[in-house]
Parts: sequence; structure tokens; C-alpha cells
Amino acid sequence: MSEQVMVYTVIGAAALITYALRLGGLLLAGRLPKTGKFRRFMDALPGTILLSLIVPAAIAAGFWGWVATAATALCSLRTGNVFASMVIGVAIVAVSRYFGA
Amino acid sequence: MLAGMKTTTEISIAKEMDAAESLAQLRAGFVANLVVAASVAAYGSVLGLIAAKKGLSWFELLVMNLSVFAGSAQFVMVDMWLPPLPIAEITLAVLVINMRYLLIGASLEPLFRGKSFRQKVLFMHLVADENWAMTMARFRRKEWTTIWFLLGGGLCVQSAWCAGTMAGHRLGTVISNPEQFGLDFAFVAVFTALVFSFWRGRQDLLPWLLTAVLAFIAEKLIPGKWYILVGGVGGALLTAFLPTIEATKQAEEGGKDV
Repeated sequence: MSEQVMVYTVIGAAALITYALRLGGLLLAGRLPKTGKFRRFMDALPGTILLSLIVPAAIAAGFWGWVATAATALCSLRTGNVFASMVIGVAIVAVSRYFGA
Repeated sequence: MLAGMKTTTEISIAKEMDAAESLAQLRAGFVANLVVAASVAAYGSVLGLIAAKKGLSWFELLVMNLSVFAGSAQFVMVDMWLPPLPIAEITLAVLVINMRYLLIGASLEPLFRGKSFRQKVLFMHLVADENWAMTMARFRRKEWTTIWFLLGGGLCVQSAWCAGTMAGHRLGTVISNPEQFGLDFAFVAVFTALVFSFWRGRQDLLPWLLTAVLAFIAEKLIPGKWYILVGGVGGALLTAFLPTIEATKQAEEGGKDV
């Protein structure tokens, strides 16, 4: 497969899956379980997936990376503002690098 | 004959009112999402920056924005963007991350009740976390809310998403050493901020700890990005099998119904 074809195949597959989930949820609304183990599994999934995603990178980020991660997490928990929390984390890392830490 | 004419006029008036009402809802939805759209554009610019660094062209990114239109999933896709592209891994990661859209879609059922299949097909694409939340909040307040409100919000969020990512991409081709500004850390920061918006309280503590441990070990042992699935699915499974708060309470109270 040429690189260009590959790029659009990946994007196309992701788009198709995402759209299928959106529409599928609406069309299957009556049949999805409202309680029970499967429902609890589905409800927990977004949080655990995102957490899983960052853990190795956060651990590998070094001391100031850990400080920045903690600050970001705390800000997000307290304020719920995703963007401000992100800016704080990036700023801490940028400043620590500026001073050669 | 006269009566027949009257009915056609009535129908056309009703149609016009319908169109005006839909347009009003569309506009209201767009305006209601403006504030959250600003933050969407802001973290979209980070995605644009990273994408430029990973070698995605602005056009490829734009196609991805318009077709996939899911922030978290797009961040993961771009993070995994190393030629030769791991199609299976990326597709599976997108499937698992976007699994929540199944629930989001299902929750919109009352809003779409009585609507045609064609409308469902056309309107569901522009459902993102943000405009969904706005629409459901208004719907639950029993304010008059239609699918046009949802679509107006979707258009607003999609525009902001495209504008933000494109601006970031442009910036990314200009900045030569993003590490100096801590921008390589932006990925961790974005998801740390996002993940804690999913924190529901103490019942998440054990599953999240398990997730972190599994992800850390799996990343060391398994090549590629499979650790995302190992940690995420492992933690969510623990949630499913742990006793729920209500079940524990019922058991403590003597549990007649348990």
C-alpha cells in the first residue's frame, strides 16, 4: 500500500467506527443494558482508557513532569477547566526547562 | 374547494413556522456552545502542533477533523502516527476510546423520538461530548430543545475544532523546537486534564490504581500501544465486578432484596 493510501485508510476506518458508534447507540438505545456489569464496564471505560494512555509517559517525564502532572490533575479536579489545567502543566515543564532543570 | 385551499395555505404556513423554529433552535445551539468552543479551539491547537511535528499535512488533518470529529481519539491517532502506520492498533484504540459514543447516542433517543431515519443518519455525525452535554442539560431543564439545537452546537464545535487545529498546525511548521516550550508535554497535560473530568469519586480509586499498574507493566512488556487497551479494559473490568455503592448499602441494611 502506498503511504497516501495508508493515511486515508486509517482515517477512513477511524471515521467509520466513530460514526457507527454514534448512530448505533441511537438506533440500539432500547436494547443497551441500563444496569448490570456490562453497563458499569462501559461507564468506567472512558476514564480508565485515558488514564492508561498517559501513565507510562507521565512516569517517564521526570521530576518536573511529575510536578506538572500533579498540578494539572489537581486543577482539573478542582475547577473542571480542561484548558487552564493543561496550560498550567505545560507552563511548569517549560519554565523548568528554561532554567535548565 | 375553498376549504381545500385553506388547508394548503395552512400547511404552507405550518411549514414556514417549522423552518423558522428550526433555524431559531440551530442558532440557539450554536450560541450556547460558543464558550466551550473556545476551549475546544485551544486544545485543538495543541493537536495541530503535534500533528505537524508527526508529519501529517494540514489537509490530512482537516479530513480527519471533518470525518472522525472526536478529540480524544484524534489525539491518540496522532500520537500513534509513526510510519508504517499501525492500522489495526489505531483502529482498535479508536474503537475503545469512542465506545462511550454508544452511550451518548443511546441517551439522545428521547430527543430523536418520532424523527425519520434520514434525520437520524444526518444529525448524528456532528455529536461531540460538548454539544451533547449542552443539549442534554437544556433538555433536562425541560426547556424546548430539538435536534436542531444539537446540530447548531455541533456546527459550532466542529468550526472551532477545525480553526484551532489548523492554527496549531500552521504554528507547528513555524516552531522548530517545541520541546523548549514544553509542548512535547502537552499530550500528557491534555489527557491528565481530560481524565480527571471523568473521575466520579472514591469508587474509581481501586480500578484506576489497577489501570495505572497494568498500563505501566504492559508498556514495558508489550511492544506498540497495546498497553492502552490492557490498562483501560483491566480497570473497567474491575469496576464491573466490584460491588456497587448501592449494593453495599443494601447489604448493610439487611438486604431484603439482594
